[in-house]
Amino acid sequence: MSYRQPVVETSPHVSDEVRKTTCYMCACRCGINVHMKNGKVAYIEGNRDHPVNKGVLCAKGSSGIMQVTAPSRLRAPLKRVGPRGSGEFQEISWEEALQTAASWLKPLRATAPEKLAFFTGRDQSQSFTSWWAQAFGTPNYAAHGGFCSVNMAAGGIYTMGGAFWEFGQPDWDHTKLFILFGVAEDHDSNPIKMGIGKIKSRGAKVIGINPIRSGYNAVADDWYGVTPGADGLLILSVIHELLKAGKVDTQYLAQWTNAPCLVNAEEGPEKGLLLRDSDGKLLVIDRATGQPAPFDRKGVRPDLGATWNGHRTVFLHLAEKYLSADYAPEAVAARVGITAARIRGLAAEIARVAFDEAIELSQPWTDFRGERHETMPGRPVSFHAMRGISAHSNGFQTARALHVLQILIGSVETPGGFRFKPPYPKPFDAHPKPHCKVTPGAPLDGPHLGYPTGPEHLALKADGSPARIDKAFSWENPLSAHGLMHMVISNAHAGDPYRIDTLLLYMANMAWNSSMNTRQVIEMLTDTGPDGEYVIPRIIYSDAYSSEMVAYADLILPDTTYLERHDCISLLDRPICEADAAADAIRWPVIEPDRDVRGFQSVLLDLGARLGLPGMVAEDGQPKYKNYGDYIVRHERRPGVGPLAGFRGNGDSVGRGAPNPDQMKRYIDNGGFFMAHVPHEAAYYKPWNAGYQDWAVGMAFYDKPAPYLFSIWSEPMRRFQLAAAGYGSRQPPEHLRARLKMAMDPLPVWYSPFGDAEAEDYPIHALTQRPMAMYHSWGTQNAWLRQIHGRNPLYLPGSIWKEHGFKDGDWARVTSPHGSITVPVALHAGLNENTIWTWNAIGKRKGAWALEPDAPEATRGFLLNHLIHELLPPKGDGLRWANSDPVTGQAAWFDLRVKIERAEPQDQTLPDFPEIKSPVPKAPKNRLWGAEK
Amino acid sequence: MHPAPSVIVFTVLSGLGFGFLAFLGAGVLAPVGVDAFLVFAVAYGFAVVGLVASTFHLGNPQRAWRAFTQWRTSWLSREGWASVATLLVMAPVALMAIFGATPAAIIGLVGAVLALLTVFCTSMIYAQLKTVPRWNHWMTPALFMAFALTGGAMLAGQARLAVVLCLILALLLIANFAQGDGRFAARGSTMETATGLGRIGKVRLFEPPHTGTNYLMREMIHQVGRKHVQKLRVIAVLFAAVLPALVLLVLPTGVPASVLAVALHLPGAFAARWLFFAEAEHVVGLYYGAR
Amino acid sequence: MTELPVSTKKKLGLVIDLDICVGCHACVTSCKGWNTENYGAPLSDMDAYGADPSGTFLNRVHSFEVQPATGPAQTIHFPKSCLHCEDAPCVTVCPTGASYKRQEDGIVLVNESACIGCGLCAWACPYGARELDQAAGVMKKCTLCIDRIYNENLPEVDRVPACVRTCPAGARHFGDLGDPDSAVSQLVADRGGMDLMPELGTKPVNKYLPPRPKDRAPAAPLTPIADVQATGIAGWLDRMLEKF
Ligand SMILES: Nc1nc2c(c(=O)[nH]1)N[C@H]1C(S)=C(S)[C@@H](COP(=O)(O)OP(=O)(O)OC[C@H]3O[C@@H](n4cnc5c(=O)[nH]c(N)nc54)[C@H](O)[C@@H]3O)O[C@H]1N2
Ligand SMILES: Nc1nc2c(c(=O)[nH]1)N[C@H]1C(S)=C(S)[C@@H](COP(=O)(O)OP(=O)(O)OC[C@H]3O[C@@H](n4cnc5c(=O)[nH]c(N)nc54)[C@H](O)[C@@H]3O)O[C@H]1N2
Ligand code: SF4
Ligand code: SF4
Ligand code: SF4
Ligand code: SF4
Ligand code: SF4
Ligand SMILES: [Mo]
Repeated sequence: MSYRQPVVETSPHVSDEVRKTTCYMCACRCGINVHMKNGKVAYIEGNRDHPVNKGVLCAKGSSGIMQVTAPSRLRAPLKRVGPRGSGEFQEISWEEALQTAASWLKPLRATAPEKLAFFTGRDQSQSFTSWWAQAFGTPNYAAHGGFCSVNMAAGGIYTMGGAFWEFGQPDWDHTKLFILFGVAEDHDSNPIKMGIGKIKSRGAKVIGINPIRSGYNAVADDWYGVTPGADGLLILSVIHELLKAGKVDTQYLAQWTNAPCLVNAEEGPEKGLLLRDSDGKLLVIDRATGQPAPFDRKGVRPDLGATWNGHRTVFLHLAEKYLSADYAPEAVAARVGITAARIRGLAAEIARVAFDEAIELSQPWTDFRGERHETMPGRPVSFHAMRGISAHSNGFQTARALHVLQILIGSVETPGGFRFKPPYPKPFDAHPKPHCKVTPGAPLDGPHLGYPTGPEHLALKADGSPARIDKAFSWENPLSAHGLMHMVISNAHAGDPYRIDTLLLYMANMAWNSSMNTRQVIEMLTDTGPDGEYVIPRIIYSDAYSSEMVAYADLILPDTTYLERHDCISLLDRPICEADAAADAIRWPVIEPDRDVRGFQSVLLDLGARLGLPGMVAEDGQPKYKNYGDYIVRHERRPGVGPLAGFRGNGDSVGRGAPNPDQMKRYIDNGGFFMAHVPHEAAYYKPWNAGYQDWAVGMAFYDKPAPYLFSIWSEPMRRFQLAAAGYGSRQPPEHLRARLKMAMDPLPVWYSPFGDAEAEDYPIHALTQRPMAMYHSWGTQNAWLRQIHGRNPLYLPGSIWKEHGFKDGDWARVTSPHGSITVPVALHAGLNENTIWTWNAIGKRKGAWALEPDAPEATRGFLLNHLIHELLPPKGDGLRWANSDPVTGQAAWFDLRVKIERAEPQDQTLPDFPEIKSPVPKAPKNRLWGAEK
Repeated sequence: MHPAPSVIVFTVLSGLGFGFLAFLGAGVLAPVGVDAFLVFAVAYGFAVVGLVASTFHLGNPQRAWRAFTQWRTSWLSREGWASVATLLVMAPVALMAIFGATPAAIIGLVGAVLALLTVFCTSMIYAQLKTVPRWNHWMTPALFMAFALTGGAMLAGQARLAVVLCLILALLLIANFAQGDGRFAARGSTMETATGLGRIGKVRLFEPPHTGTNYLMREMIHQVGRKHVQKLRVIAVLFAAVLPALVLLVLPTGVPASVLAVALHLPGAFAARWLFFAEAEHVVGLYYGAR
Repeated sequence: MTELPVSTKKKLGLVIDLDICVGCHACVTSCKGWNTENYGAPLSDMDAYGADPSGTFLNRVHSFEVQPATGPAQTIHFPKSCLHCEDAPCVTVCPTGASYKRQEDGIVLVNESACIGCGLCAWACPYGARELDQAAGVMKKCTLCIDRIYNENLPEVDRVPACVRTCPAGARHFGDLGDPDSAVSQLVADRGGMDLMPELGTKPVNKYLPPRPKDRAPAAPLTPIADVQATGIAGWLDRMLEKF
């Protein structure tokens, strides 16, 4: 009998239309094709032309449709009617909401603008929100970087003028060895996956250095299960090995870094700073003459090993420091948790690939000294690191150590190594400095955030007390380039350094997973003073969904979802560039909201106009911008420079040009993004490459070329040490002197993370990791993703599992110096034996996110945050030290130390919080796709 | 495997019904009139209730007729045909008996063969599955046949035969319990073969693909406690075979003895069938670390 | 139809590279997205926001740990969908003929309008590749995106399965495994592609590329250029800058 089979329609209709915009299921910002059917979103796929994702999409991006239709979406502005935290709200009109906000803020601006604290979480419009805050006049503005990864960012900027993630990327096309420190997922989600896939497919090696073997570390060819907080020591030991064997790139160091610069040896206020000539140029000793010469003179051959009038080069200081036996593999192995043989092997492999497998691209270029090079030699070892390094109290120095390692082998900005993404590289001293001068009724004197180069840039009041509510840029954390969002609520509650009136939060779940010490933060948000008023009198919050934080605000400004609004991913801010191209992107309303919600940026513009903020009101007194989309097109930061770089002027200008009314349309037609390629001769060696520098000026990244040397030796750090030693007019408080001296070492150092002080009673390290298929708390409302991660076990290594006799299905009580949680456990063999971990932000509060109160997220899920305090345990000195990096103030999430004991199986994780009333209607039981359409 | 009530009811009752029909077809009883009506009603009743129960677990029962189309390859389809054929062929036998006519023996014999074939087809639905090693064995059809014949013999009042069949059933059950436990291992499927990762080392599940349940886990991954199993096994053998045999040996042959024997046999059969499903492990469990 | 074709003209299938799958679940949700809108009944989610959410997925990613004889345990992410077996037991058990294997390309499909939802095919599949949709009552399984791979309404580059198109790591490859010269067959040959549960005789078309060996022995240590202890920094520096 012949084989019969049904006829299948193999060419069905796919969609009516494809609208191209930018994903926002996370901050990676991939390009997406939104397929529309009957006016509704039918299917979302990656945009193949897009520079970030080149067509691929992650699990979150592919389920964006469930985010846009989630039952947790807020529906209208809300006014609190019950007590804070109850979740009792009344829906109000936008007019009422905006009037209320304006009536709260207007008097503050007129009298004491600092009484408004405006902090933004997962904000992708920081150049806009900071501009608004500056116009308002408050010094209290920052985004979430302080609790996120400022150590990594600042460590990179201060060392080499850029860092990982959006500042740069491995040279995926040429690298032969890729070493990953402390990364679970990172912001560059898809590019890292694409990169790893690409290099592994061609047989190049990946090394994962991480206490936990999952995700990227699972596919790594070799895994080093480092003990948390010890990476700095490991890196310095590798540097020790490389130096001993002479395996550093002396050519590179001499030409492009401050290794040959002379360190002032003379006792006094200049000791440890670098020698300069009368023009302020760094001095090196020219090998041809043996005499000092400015570093950038044509033909200069800097001598790495020079000593001149007793002043020795940075290179000599560095060699002396790291050749010390303290950094020998044997000396560090126990603390690092990796055998000396493997540390040696790691150094040897790095050296082998960097030097024996060096590559050379035949691409001529000219350096800033005017010298022409026929080729671009490369050291094909690349690195990437993130919060595993960053989120420790020694993270800044560890990040510096890692950058110095890359620099020593000559792999930064050379083929096969690490490459900056425009607008980086950018020297630390070309960044703005922090500003904090408040004038009632007037804007702040300049941008809030920046990169101090010495104590003179700290944000202090005349009496030396911190000028900012988060104490950023104070002696406690001088280089807090991203602010300290995690300290805002507790400082505001304590009235330290002063009281505020209104807290304006945007897109940050501060009453739950983004705060340390969640329970007490909740108490602070609901605490009242003797007068019965809330200690933090007013809280305005913008969220798009029914998050835990919503319940703690007085006024809710409901945002749109990412497919319903204009957004701008700007070169002024944190763009989507790739190493070979400058790029920026937009979002646009591919669907109209079906609720009474408005894009937050448009709401801010409206509010700004109501408050009469400069730049937001037109000459006729009317609002200057119709909405954010209008602002994106018409706003100019400097003449000719606006939020978007593409299609300016008549549509042909790039970077600089008059506003173009058709710009938005041009972006939409172009797939939602714009890309300007870096010229070939400018592809590498960017900080010193005249071709790149000229191109960057044309792109408006700088106003004139800004070549610079990498800072192996950090002068800004040294200036704080000098202040600690008593030099200079701005002096730290006594109790901070010793710490500043230790932490502000101009060469990378390693010290025990502060959490280790508790090591004796709390021997175990406890970590979190981001699940690839979840975005913090907000992935949970997605019915597809919550089936993948609906609850989170605490993973224990075999050693702890056996020691305590754990079995499948068991629970454990985990205690830190600060608190205790009771949670389910599971075994993970590929784990550092002193480490336990869980997925981040799966645990949910009952009543939030339109989930049923018995949802597994609320009964089985949990947060580690309850164990983490924003302050260290009292040390008996009468002070409470922050649980932060002493340099940048970065929250030290991963310093956490715990102990563990077995607990009987339970049906509810602890602590268990009372249910909050949901401000949105109950979700439908089942999601039956066809039925809904 | 999930011991779904509908499937247990289906296999137990239809097995009993068709077993009884086989005896009726073979003519070991020759009831007439009201007796015949009652007897055939019981036989048809068990068979039909069982068959109807089987549709309860269908996602789209309204299309059940389609299940007749694939008799060339599918045991489920064959079972459909055989059952319908049995019921049709036995219908004239029943009607004639009720109305006092003597049915042609040959029709009854054909009916009897079809009835047993039906039970065999049912058993083969399970026995054919390589994915469930405990089932994938000649003992599965043997057991289904033994159940059908034993129950049928009891209903048919064949006390002596029933006692012998009870003995066979008991031995088969015990053998199957004992030997079934090793079949999964004997099949050789392990987490190592399931993942192909055995060449590296010992495999264990680290994280399941989803934290909740899904169709596969509900349907195919069922864990029963060891103690529970032991108790039920004893109950199954005692009730399905030992006690009815004792009853039939002790009590005089007759309707009361038969009814009592069947009343004891049925809970045993249900227990045995529950275990048949609950104890059966599907190889897919290997992907979920369920072994 | 329940009979398997004697042979198929092509053997279309997937090759999954376990060496680079990072376990991101992108293939899981892109598959869900595409198949909810396309072939057959949409994939439902029951109790979607409740205590026991459970939906239909055609592709799932497991994670295993493997303990080698020496060295640390390895984590391996393991995506799994229908393997489009040559000897597909799911097809032959089907009483309605709803399950069938296509003669032209070997894709195993369910004709949903004929499916009674008996579940037998899911029982017959060793790999857990079939899920009965709880809302539609029909058997769902990977279609190999039959409505993409030949779809003339899609640009040619996009005529690949949704999961392959989306996989960020490039761990999924699609092609004709019946053609020894195809890219996928070459990959399988080069990397020792393997079958899952070969002992069951299903002859899967999909192949898995095993992880490459991990945790190599440490490289030989570097040789110091000078004995710093003995010569001090000066001696070391001389050697260091010699090659300059
Ligand atoms: N234990 C532990 N805690 C941590 C971390 C850790 O590693 N371990 N990591 C920390 C880090 S680095 C970070 S960045 C934080 C992140 O923590 P958060 O910044 O709090 O991030 P989310 O939980 O995603 O919350 C963001 C809020 O934005 C809302 N939202 C989503 N989309 C929109 C939108 O379009 N508009 C508006 N207005 N709102 C929207 C969400 O509903 C949610 O309430 O968590 C920190 N917390
Ligand atoms: N899917 C998804 N992507 C995200 C996010 C998300 O929530 N979901 N969040 C985004 C945000 S806000 C951020 S900040 C980034 C963060 O991205 P990642 O930096 O990847 O952040 P984490 O998930 O916190 O992972 C930290 C990693 O460091 C490891 N680690 C911890 N301590 C140490 C240590 O001492 N040494 C070493 N070597 N490793 C250590 C942990 O095991 C973990 O693997 O991800 C972004 N991308
Ligand atoms: S990584 Fe995923 S969630 Fe983030 S922007 Fe890209 S596709 Fe969207
Ligand atoms: S994997 Fe399962 S469903 Fe797919 S063809 Fe093979 S047996 Fe059938
Ligand atoms: S569930 Fe559908 S496809 Fe599967 S065997 Fe039954 S009728 Fe066939
Ligand atoms: S081929 Fe298509 S149906 Fe199959 S797993 Fe991939 S996306 Fe899903
Ligand atoms: S999308 Fe690719 S990398 Fe991610 S889980 Fe699937 S196969 Fe693995
Ligand atoms: Mo973050």
